[in-house]
Amino acid sequence: MNENTKTLIFVAIMCVVVAALLAGLRGVTYETAIENEKIFNQRAILLALGDNLPTPVDALSDEEVQNIFQEQMKSSVAVDVEGEVIGDINPLEIRLDEERKKDLSERKFPLFVYENSGEKFYIISMRGNGLWDEIWGNMALESDVATVAGVSFDHAGETPGLGAEIKDNKNWVNQFSGRSVLSDYNGKYTGVIVRKGGAKDKKYEVDGLSGATVTADGVTDMIQQYMSYYEPTLQKLKADGKLGMK
Amino acid sequence: MAETLETKKTAAEPLFGKKERKLIVDPLNDNNPITVQVLGICSALAVTSLLYPSIVISIAVVFVCAFANVITSLLRNNIPKSVRLIVQLVVIATLVTVVELVLKAFSYPVYKNLSVYIGLIITNCIVMGRLEAFAMANKPWRSFIDGIGNGLGYGAILIIVAFFRELFGKGTLFAGTPIAMNIIGPDSPAVDYWLNTNAEWLSWYSNNNIAVLPAAAMFIIGILIWVQRSYNQKLVDVS
Repeated sequence: MNENTKTLIFVAIMCVVVAALLAGLRGVTYETAIENEKIFNQRAILLALGDNLPTPVDALSDEEVQNIFQEQMKSSVAVDVEGEVIGDINPLEIRLDEERKKDLSERKFPLFVYENSGEKFYIISMRGNGLWDEIWGNMALESDVATVAGVSFDHAGETPGLGAEIKDNKNWVNQFSGRSVLSDYNGKYTGVIVRKGGAKDKKYEVDGLSGATVTADGVTDMIQQYMSYYEPTLQKLKADGKLGMK
Repeated sequence: MAETLETKKTAAEPLFGKKERKLIVDPLNDNNPITVQVLGICSALAVTSLLYPSIVISIAVVFVCAFANVITSLLRNNIPKSVRLIVQLVVIATLVTVVELVLKAFSYPVYKNLSVYIGLIITNCIVMGRLEAFAMANKPWRSFIDGIGNGLGYGAILIIVAFFRELFGKGTLFAGTPIAMNIIGPDSPAVDYWLNTNAEWLSWYSNNNIAVLPAAAMFIIGILIWVQRSYNQKLVDVS
């Protein structure tokens, strides 16, 4: 056997062995990984509720997280841009990164409803662009459908210490609580603005992040954009607390 | 004559003798991958902003380094010369993918936190450097020890850097785990709890943002190299 044939055989065997090994391992761990991702996302949604949750999200076990979604959040729905409920869709299965690519009229948006001893919270999900990559988040609104109860943001690749502060800096995130997304001036949902140099109007604005202007502007744009998408839904909820079926 | 030679040979090679000890201890100090060989700097700067992910990635590198060494060492006589580097890369990439899949299944938040850096172990110069320099010429057991030694040497620096960066950047230690401790800063219940005193004297500290950025790791590694060389004179002027 000459040198080249030997090399080719070696490489071929190596490829088959490695491919089989990795495919097998992925097959074994796939289910658990999907489950983990689901719980990870559920925790992010609950994180937006902040102090309105009886126990902090970090202290909840995986089962408790799923229980909250099954019991206290069972009236969660998927809505379209007209504010109509789309039946038969689990809002947890909506992937906003894929929805973003669709035509606006075909997009689905999750609306999570959290009920705790008669109090209702509405949680919406958003996705936008930061400096390097996508950013996303969840915003919880109180039962008046105007006051922010809390937010949680995450990002794919913002700079630690600068843009990544939208996730890591709890003091900054906590500023959103108590702000209003509903404008008194025109009765529309305009969102909360991240103001560079410090909030001027404490009702609608929060302080910017020094060194992270582009990411902060990305947050503002993302909130504004998704407020316009959710506007019909939120207006209906505000008017009578109910949504029509499609 | 032949018999005495043979006994001498087996006696000279115990399972864990002086040479093996040297393979573990050397990379920790005299031949540290980061502070002496200056390899693997990129990941040492990138992943060390928090202690817990640094520990996870250190364990991952120890694992990858040790087993890549063993596998390469086992194959060393059969690997065709012309595809030597490709085979080494495939071995490393396979092990790193194993680490990634396992983390994804058993510790998803950490997987999310480390994101691309797990994949970047593949390009970590330490692993490939050990395969090429050591495993291609040594027996499996010794290669295994060499891999563990180098992984530990790398991990030790990573953990020291991460300790200082997390402490001064966030005022916490082990953030993101059940034993997360808030050490310094405005609210440090840990100090309050452990020392059972009022920790207000520690609350003057406000987080240093530079420590969160990779630049801080550069300074800390620089200081580590300085400290190490002032103790270990034989490292001075190795270049």
